[in-house]
Amino acid sequence: MEVIRQPLGRPSEGSPQDPSDLRVRQMRARDMLRGDLEGEELDKYVEERVLTTTMEKAFNWARSNSLFPATFGLACCAIEMMSIVASRVDAARFGFEAFRATPRQADMLILSGRISIKMAPAVRRIYDQMLEPKWAIAMGACSSSMGVFNNYAIVPADKFMPVDVHVPGCPPRPEALMHGVLKLRQMVKDDPDMGWRRRYEARGTEELLRDRDATTDPAVNVFQPGDTAGA
Amino acid sequence: MSSVSEYRKQEESVTMAPLHEQVASQVEEVGERSEELLTLNMGPHHPATHGVLRLLISLDGEVVRDIKPIVGYVHTGIEKTAEDKSYWKAIPVVERMDYLAYYFNAQAFCGATEALLGLEVPRRAQYLRVIHLELNRIMSHLVWLGTSALDLGAMSMFWYGFREKETVLDLFEMSSGQRMHTRYFQVGGVIEDIPSGFEQKVRDFCALMPTRVDQYSDLLARNEIVLRRLRHVCPLDAETLLSLGVTGPLLRAAGNAWDLRKAMPYSCYDEFDFAIAVGTEGDNYDRFAVRLVEIKESVKIIEQALDGLPEGAWMTPDRKVALPPRHELATSMEAVIHQFKLVTEGFRVPPGEVYFPIESPRGELGCYVRSDGSSKPARVHMRDPSFVNLQAFAAMCKDAYIADLIATLAMLDPILGGIDR
Repeated sequence: MEVIRQPLGRPSEGSPQDPSDLRVRQMRARDMLRGDLEGEELDKYVEERVLTTTMEKAFNWARSNSLFPATFGLACCAIEMMSIVASRVDAARFGFEAFRATPRQADMLILSGRISIKMAPAVRRIYDQMLEPKWAIAMGACSSSMGVFNNYAIVPADKFMPVDVHVPGCPPRPEALMHGVLKLRQMVKDDPDMGWRRRYEARGTEELLRDRDATTDPAVNVFQPGDTAGA
Repeated sequence: MSSVSEYRKQEESVTMAPLHEQVASQVEEVGERSEELLTLNMGPHHPATHGVLRLLISLDGEVVRDIKPIVGYVHTGIEKTAEDKSYWKAIPVVERMDYLAYYFNAQAFCGATEALLGLEVPRRAQYLRVIHLELNRIMSHLVWLGTSALDLGAMSMFWYGFREKETVLDLFEMSSGQRMHTRYFQVGGVIEDIPSGFEQKVRDFCALMPTRVDQYSDLLARNEIVLRRLRHVCPLDAETLLSLGVTGPLLRAAGNAWDLRKAMPYSCYDEFDFAIAVGTEGDNYDRFAVRLVEIKESVKIIEQALDGLPEGAWMTPDRKVALPPRHELATSMEAVIHQFKLVTEGFRVPPGEVYFPIESPRGELGCYVRSDGSSKPARVHMRDPSFVNLQAFAAMCKDAYIADLIATLAMLDPILGGIDR
């Protein structure tokens, strides 16, 4: 989206009705809200201002700009993860400063640190408790490749859960994590199918399964009415 | 089906009796059932446990009767990994134990190895170490302050604390190239001299920091909510703390001025003039206040170290331990041989064992190293203060409210990386 900066005030001398003039557009919007625009003028107004897109793209745009990370710190990387919320890097600029303490309200899991074999089931459980659509970032060397330790106690995240973005570093700088999050944001916005399901060909793992026969309604709940198995 | 009918009975028994009578009967009921304890699981994923600590809490209503901490969720096998690496390659893994006190971990391990080697550390290196250790202490306390205040509901303290924390990390980055886990200390000194301009930046920081501490104090210590959650909450006397092995700010808050920097000066701490902050009551407020004063005292030490920073080498001249300078490799065959031996095998350490304790931001951080004469340590063990201090948690929180448990855990300042190692 392009940001045009214009000084407020009277329209410029040369083109008093220049439609790109901010002041003119504000006046037109006021006229429209008052109901002063009619006929051809109204058609032109709508044509200029209405943006058409698909529902999917609109959802993806909204999702990519409001990722809610889970408040989940593991080790050293958690300190740097906290720094992205602080004033220097300020994740609020991109709409994901709202850390959620419960996985039910989060849609991004940042694995910030080393995951021991004892912790791995808990991490997997937290990931499973998050609602679709969800994404995961493996932050730092430990959760990607066991890092400097590489011993009996550590398990890389890829072994037990799908990871969308790996951020290298030990620990990565806050800027590096921010770059990873922005990459994820771009992925969510442009091509959500490039997520882990497509890459791992993980069919049938969706919580909302697509009905093979019905092509019209893709969102069919796998749990039939009265079925309490998933409750 | 009986439960349904019980419920039905209960529902039918609802009367329109006056409210005070109803409340009185309910209170009676609760009084009858108060012997039943509720076991509550907290963690390992809980935002207030400062990591992946798991607590099993026995609750009597809202009152905590017992706590069982369950640790090991970030067990990393660092001690075992250190046995597998030569001494100077073990420093990076050891640094990652207590991840807010990485300079302290490195100092404990390097100090133990130097004691085994009988190595003299140049005075400039000792002063540079002290500067970085105290900057690290300030950084650790700032992270503690920000996150603890967050647990008490004071969001803005987090922003202010992390603003200064970033300044300290910039200084670390300037001297070593890394923000965290810098591997700046090494056996025999420090890896490089400080760059030009570093001293001025540290001085600027030292000039700024005491006023910032006053601002934090104004922000929190005059806040009615913070005071109510800290004052007279979960105190523990010094004798009990000592019997549990607790050290550091927790012990000093109870009035015992035990600080290894004064009690058993290591490096060159005996050359600086600074005070030990002690509390009177040993409650959460004292734990909070002691750490704030410690930040100011650390600033004093840094300023004195900068004033008296000696000229000279920052690394021991012993070529059996220190890498030869880069320029010598092109001219001296001996330097190439030393470089090769050090990088491939590492230096050998005479057999023996040593325990080297230092004062970390959380208490006595001791490193035990046993050598069998080879170039790898036979055993590395850290006495981590967070682990020992956590023992006192149940004693502190006994018969307190569960809300105070959160505040007490924040004031305990455990670092799970250090506890589980």
